[in-house]
Amino acid sequence: MSTEKTSTPAEDHVVENPEAAAAAVTVVDPRLLVREQGLKGYWNEFKRKMKAGDLGSIPVVAGLLIIWAIFTSLNSNFLTAGNFSNMSVAMVGTGMIAVGIVFVLLLGEIDLSVGSVSGVAGAAFAVMSVTHGMNEVLAMVLAILTGTAAGAIHGFVFARIGVPAFAVTLAGLLFWQGFMLQILGDDGTINLDSEGIVVKLTSYYFTDIAAAYGLAIVATVVYFLSAFFDSRRREAAGVPSRPLNEIIVRTVLLAVLAFAAAIVFNEHRGLPLALVIFLGFLVLTDFVLRRTSYGRKVFALGGSVEASRRAGINVVAVRISVFAIAGTFAAIGGLFVASNIASANQGAGTGEFLMNVIAAAVIGGTSLFGGRGRTWDALLGVMVIISITYGLALEGIASPVQYMITGGVLLATVVIDAVTRKTQKTAGRA
Amino acid sequence: MSATPVLALRGVSKRFGAVQALTDVELEVHAGEVVALVGDNGAGKSTLVKTIAGVHPIDEGNIEWEGKGVQINKPHDAQALGIATVYQDLALCDNIDVVGNLYLGRELRRRGVLDEVEMERRSRDLLDTLSIRIPSVRIPVASLSGGQRQVVAIARSMLGEPKLVILDEPTAALGVEQTAQVLDLVERLRERGHAVILISHNMADVKAVADKVAVLRLGRNNGVFEVKSTSQEEIISAITGATDNAVTRRAARTNGEIKK
Repeated sequence: MSTEKTSTPAEDHVVENPEAAAAAVTVVDPRLLVREQGLKGYWNEFKRKMKAGDLGSIPVVAGLLIIWAIFTSLNSNFLTAGNFSNMSVAMVGTGMIAVGIVFVLLLGEIDLSVGSVSGVAGAAFAVMSVTHGMNEVLAMVLAILTGTAAGAIHGFVFARIGVPAFAVTLAGLLFWQGFMLQILGDDGTINLDSEGIVVKLTSYYFTDIAAAYGLAIVATVVYFLSAFFDSRRREAAGVPSRPLNEIIVRTVLLAVLAFAAAIVFNEHRGLPLALVIFLGFLVLTDFVLRRTSYGRKVFALGGSVEASRRAGINVVAVRISVFAIAGTFAAIGGLFVASNIASANQGAGTGEFLMNVIAAAVIGGTSLFGGRGRTWDALLGVMVIISITYGLALEGIASPVQYMITGGVLLATVVIDAVTRKTQKTAGRA
Repeated sequence: MSATPVLALRGVSKRFGAVQALTDVELEVHAGEVVALVGDNGAGKSTLVKTIAGVHPIDEGNIEWEGKGVQINKPHDAQALGIATVYQDLALCDNIDVVGNLYLGRELRRRGVLDEVEMERRSRDLLDTLSIRIPSVRIPVASLSGGQRQVVAIARSMLGEPKLVILDEPTAALGVEQTAQVLDLVERLRERGHAVILISHNMADVKAVADKVAVLRLGRNNGVFEVKSTSQEEIISAITGATDNAVTRRAARTNGEIKK
């Protein structure tokens, strides 16, 4: 090995061209990799990101396609509009709770109580509206607030008193499960009014085909306009902006997906109300996390608690609020689960349910180490889980095998997460 | 230089359990003045800085801000007064990009929503005026080198137009050119009328930019010196607590003369 010091081309460039180097201050640093124009540029950028471990949603989307391909080859009933429509309704309960888990995971924490809290919400609603004849809307709001309060209590004990979140929420898991059994009483099962609002949450479909197509059009147009105006504003301010052709490519991709989904739904019973609500919450939470200073604080806490504290962020308040959000989404999810089976029973939110929820958030690509993830991950993850459940059920494969497969998928995901993190460290991006 | 100091500490004490970290510490900083805070490891420099920045509230004593007594109980209090602190262990979030880190805790908003465009534009302007070169303002801080992180951390402190800037060993991890840049930055701060507290182990840096040197030893004041009229040896003996010690003996051997 030569002892001569080798200099990189970038250093040479700086040394040999002092004027250029001075000019580069205001232009672009010569060391920065700038994407080339055109399709080749995209491909090279893609390859570079792969090598740097910047995988994004690619593993989960690829995994989902593989799962669909396998089940389609096993059973022709899997790839039908009816099956997809049913799956998209059944996944909403788990998915809602997973959205709350994404918030908690972004802090680098865990909430084990969400399953039990969801059960409490369903039971509380049933007791208030069916047993005591309370107005359904009021009962719904109170049930959701029960979840918020439970989450806030967990958050308070964790953030203010300093008990590890794992221990607090494990205690919550037991407590709230007992609380649910207590309020359900001896009967154990309360059937919901089949014409009530909560049952309608998952049984109502917008049968008019215009609804699904309309939503697809609105989503596409809103996406295009917001990306377009954002890009225009960046251009006017003289900061790098996304080129128009990239915006168009992304919009077309979104449009294809949205209309494909709309066609599938219209072939069965129309656009499910549950899915519309779920998507609405996803858009809202994604907006909160990426576009508001509250969301920025959540990410900052996931990156470095000390840095956040020194930046003047109220660490305790943000932590409590995040657990309150997780509790709220647990309660909303609990209502959807109760709606699905039109009853509140003793088994709600117990057993593998909690694990499925956390698995959904993690499989979707939210990092267990905090500071990385999006609420859309909850959608992707829950689609994987529900596809496995439905696919195996179509085949008549019993739940032991189902658990093993879900466990395998979860393990694969966290392995990808850990490896990604390692690769990102060596590539300097974590 | 104005008569009233921007910041004055009067008899400040701080305990951590059985450890008396600071005892009756006095310190004054005026506008347009760079005060170097020096002392050996464990002398209490970082603790003193953290009490001013609101990380650890003081146990005893008074803090005066522009002549008036104030309470600094949390970082937000210090920020509200106009104190900006750059810590030794860089207080940046690795997972957030440069713009996000610069504006962490004081994000610009437009109709209630983060104004990313304006923050990015101002970040680029700020880094340009400070001649700070980083590959892009939109990459996570994790991808920056130690020196680049340091300049980002200093740039971050400048955003709020603070009256007092505290730099905790700003040049410790930097290369030659970046050290010079940081020292230039310190001088620019002084010219613009900011008060600066500079913690450093590097006597060359202290001599280069500081007006006064305040020495801490074992949590107590051990003299305040005018940099121009004080030799390096005098400062060092104040730091180590003796005029005759390993450092001065070594200096005497190598220089062939003893300055007393």
